[in-house]
Amino acid sequence: MIALTREPIDTDALLAAVHDPLCGAVVLFLGTVRELTGTLRTVHLEYDAYGPMAEKKLHEVAALAAQRWPVRRVDIIHRLGKLAIGEVAVAVAVSTPHRAEAFAAAEFIMDQVKQLVPIWKQENAPDGSATWAHGADS
Amino acid sequence: MIVQLFAGARELAGVASISLELPAGATVAELRQAILSLHPGLTPLLARSRIAVNQEFADDSAIVPEGAEVALIPPVSGGAAP
Repeated sequence: MIALTREPIDTDALLAAVHDPLCGAVVLFLGTVRELTGTLRTVHLEYDAYGPMAEKKLHEVAALAAQRWPVRRVDIIHRLGKLAIGEVAVAVAVSTPHRAEAFAAAEFIMDQVKQLVPIWKQENAPDGSATWAHGADS
Repeated sequence: MIVQLFAGARELAGVASISLELPAGATVAELRQAILSLHPGLTPLLARSRIAVNQEFADDSAIVPEGAEVALIPPVSGGAAP
């Protein structure tokens, strides 16, 4: 499944979904909410998306990975809304015949997601201030 | 034409979308100018943002088709620090 969700991500379901008898490797990547970015503390994150385009781009990223590696199954789920420290914000599960290609495909998918998929995070600090992460001088 | 705003752009402009008039055959660059004339506060962020036309990233030279779905896409820096 490739989707955006406002519910907690069920990683067991994701692993089950990509299991394939022709595959000897499954890689599951989880992007989790980190408390510290440098010296800045985060109390929670808020994710916003341009939903229809984000889902379309997630499908494109999965298709690109499948062109480069013998990916049998791929699931990408991205969480939206308010997330606490430690929660899973994004999950990528890939199955391939051999492990090197599963690692490579999962890393490629995450790199592409960070560049091509219109999903943004807002860092909420202990003092109540909130900042959208748009790079250096936003 | 409606331009959808998200994240920091929505916050800076104080609105979720901008309604503006563009002449037929206008380019993405002209669309950017039109956005800035209505919301000058978006200037620094818009310079670093992409424009999506019908859910695809569009170059400044691209023509914006009539009735297109248009959105301003600020930098997607979900994980700036790896």
